Amino acid sequence: MNDKQNSGELARPGISVRAAEIAVALIILGLGGLVVYDSARLGFRWVEDGPQAGYFPFYIGVFICISSLITLGQVLFGRTRSEHKVFVEWAPLKMVLSVLLPAAVFVLGIQVIGIYVAAAAYIAVFMVWLGKYDWGKSVFLGIAVSVVTFMMFEVWFKVPLFKGAYNPLGFIGY
Amino acid sequence: MEEINALFHGFSVALTPFNLLLMFIGVTLGVIIGVLPGLGGANGIAILLPLTFTMPPTSAVIMLSCIYWGALFGGAITSILFNIPGEPWSVATTFDGYPMAQQGKAGEALTTAFTSSFVGAFFAVVMITFLAPLVAKFALQFGPPEFFSVFFLTFCSFIGMGKEPPFKIVAAMMLGFALAAVGIDTVTGQLRLIFGWYELMRGFDFLIAVIGLFGIGEILLSMEEGLSFSGRAAKINMRIVIETWKKLPKYWLTSLRSCIIGCWMGITPGGATPASFMSYGIAKRMSPDGAKFGTGIAEGVIAPETAAHAAGTAALLPMLSLGIPGSPTAAVLLGGLLIWGLQPGPLLFVEQKDFVWGLIASMYLGNIAGLIIVLTCVPLFAAILRVPFSIIAPVIIVICAIGAYTVHNAMLDIWLMLLFGVVGYAFKKLSYPMAPLVLALVLGDQAESAFRQSMLISQGDVRVFFSNWLVGSIMGLGLLLLVWPFIGKLKVALRKSAA
Repeated sequence: MNDKQNSGELARPGISVRAAEIAVALIILGLGGLVVYDSARLGFRWVEDGPQAGYFPFYIGVFICISSLITLGQVLFGRTRSEHKVFVEWAPLKMVLSVLLPAAVFVLGIQVIGIYVAAAAYIAVFMVWLGKYDWGKSVFLGIAVSVVTFMMFEVWFKVPLFKGAYNPLGFIGY
Repeated sequence: MEEINALFHGFSVALTPFNLLLMFIGVTLGVIIGVLPGLGGANGIAILLPLTFTMPPTSAVIMLSCIYWGALFGGAITSILFNIPGEPWSVATTFDGYPMAQQGKAGEALTTAFTSSFVGAFFAVVMITFLAPLVAKFALQFGPPEFFSVFFLTFCSFIGMGKEPPFKIVAAMMLGFALAAVGIDTVTGQLRLIFGWYELMRGFDFLIAVIGLFGIGEILLSMEEGLSFSGRAAKINMRIVIETWKKLPKYWLTSLRSCIIGCWMGITPGGATPASFMSYGIAKRMSPDGAKFGTGIAEGVIAPETAAHAAGTAALLPMLSLGIPGSPTAAVLLGGLLIWGLQPGPLLFVEQKDFVWGLIASMYLGNIAGLIIVLTCVPLFAAILRVPFSIIAPVIIVICAIGAYTVHNAMLDIWLMLLFGVVGYAFKKLSYPMAPLVLALVLGDQAESAFRQSMLISQGDVRVFFSNWLVGSIMGLGLLLLVWPFIGKLKVALRKSAA
């Protein structure tokens, strides 16, 4: 490791590719373990009437574990230079989270107040917050998108969408 | 000539005013989807699928497949004008398309791209017309071992052809199989891998995975890259189109080669993305102007666009004739067949003639419609990209959420979609491929039951997969593809040790 690389890393800190690789490989390994565990519970042997329910998934699980272990090994002991690379810098990560977290709140909102109201609120807030639009324009666009969606799904195609645990649109008969 | 008759029957099915209207709507929607970040062929169709439940299946599949053609065309617009590939398969188009646009030849580049796409697709459709019925007829004799061997070949070709690290491909694929196994086991009726969480009994629907991985994941990636669109203006008029068309015939060899590469990569599920790169690479090596590739020459646009379209179209061949999709988008269309009550597979050609030939005929018409629409409306579509991302992003996430919900009317699916979005983001950044995961999720149950039936026939003897020349050679080919990456590495190592 020379100075140039060091300074490069200091200037652009973030999560390293190496850490991300290890984390993902470990998660996959864990999932593989779960698959193997449950398949073993169901039985993965050959009985009189054929293979048991866990027969196929068991080997799938084994393959998952093997492949993730190899990837893990390659990251830990390989000669790849991935440790110097940055998976995501903090600033872009902040941008990503600024989309992801509101999206999660939006989904939570769907659960409580339904898709239409949550969508209008989400679009409006997103525009004001990240797009720096004024409230009037944002609220208008949010409601417009919701109304168009509503017409399309509920009225024209008769596909009911989720109205939430506390349906705020109950008063218009939907 | 049986096929020609059947095809004309197909045209009579497809050529109703209603279907033609759907075709134009489909292509237009498709181009918009292809232009927008976060929406692509696969998840766009997945989201719109529920809206087609009430349509007649033939009309529905015509509209959805036209969305697919439109999305294939749309990817080129963003690549050439904005240097942003709207779809993964148009990455290679940016290499020469964007420099051309910078030199003020945007119209020429777009015309070249669209025409090449059309040629590629047309070549593939002609191939489907004549080859698919043969494959289907042949496949009627398939038993479980043969089907499993085709599944095996499908998945091995991902490993052999993929440009990602092989063990990451295996991991992604096997995760797909594991997700497919969640829920009720169709043979024994036992609940598998749900760990007492009964909402998972339904299993994971691949449509949710597609919407999350390709939709939300893509939005997160675009956000990270901090999209700033600085595009070239697209001027395209009849004069430019005709002048470009006059120049194109001299590239017939590149075009033909790209068509063949595309068809091959589409049938063996390499997919449109590797096909476009491979075609670009080969064209660069074979062309007398090879050194000029990357500086903005027409040949560098022709090669990837032709191959990508040929591959995207050819991916429908195994979907129609075997019930095994060659790409995530083909998989979504296959999911549509199931929902409309059609059983995909070789019997489709016998039992659902109207549907199959209507679809094939619509491929010819849809691509012509697509060419007309993109050539005439490019500035309109380019304008979509000038809508700021802070408006597009939330709207697309809302659309994705609605799409995910309508698949099963389940709230849990929206959460899963979000989770798949994060997975898609991480996978993309660490070069885990998503297509094998999706296809394994789609085909997992069928592959498993083909495997179990074969094993039952043979009483647990694996040699059943090599019991006759047909199944043996398909398995052999699969195994060859499986070890292909290692052979390449071995060669390099041997050469190094020799030197």
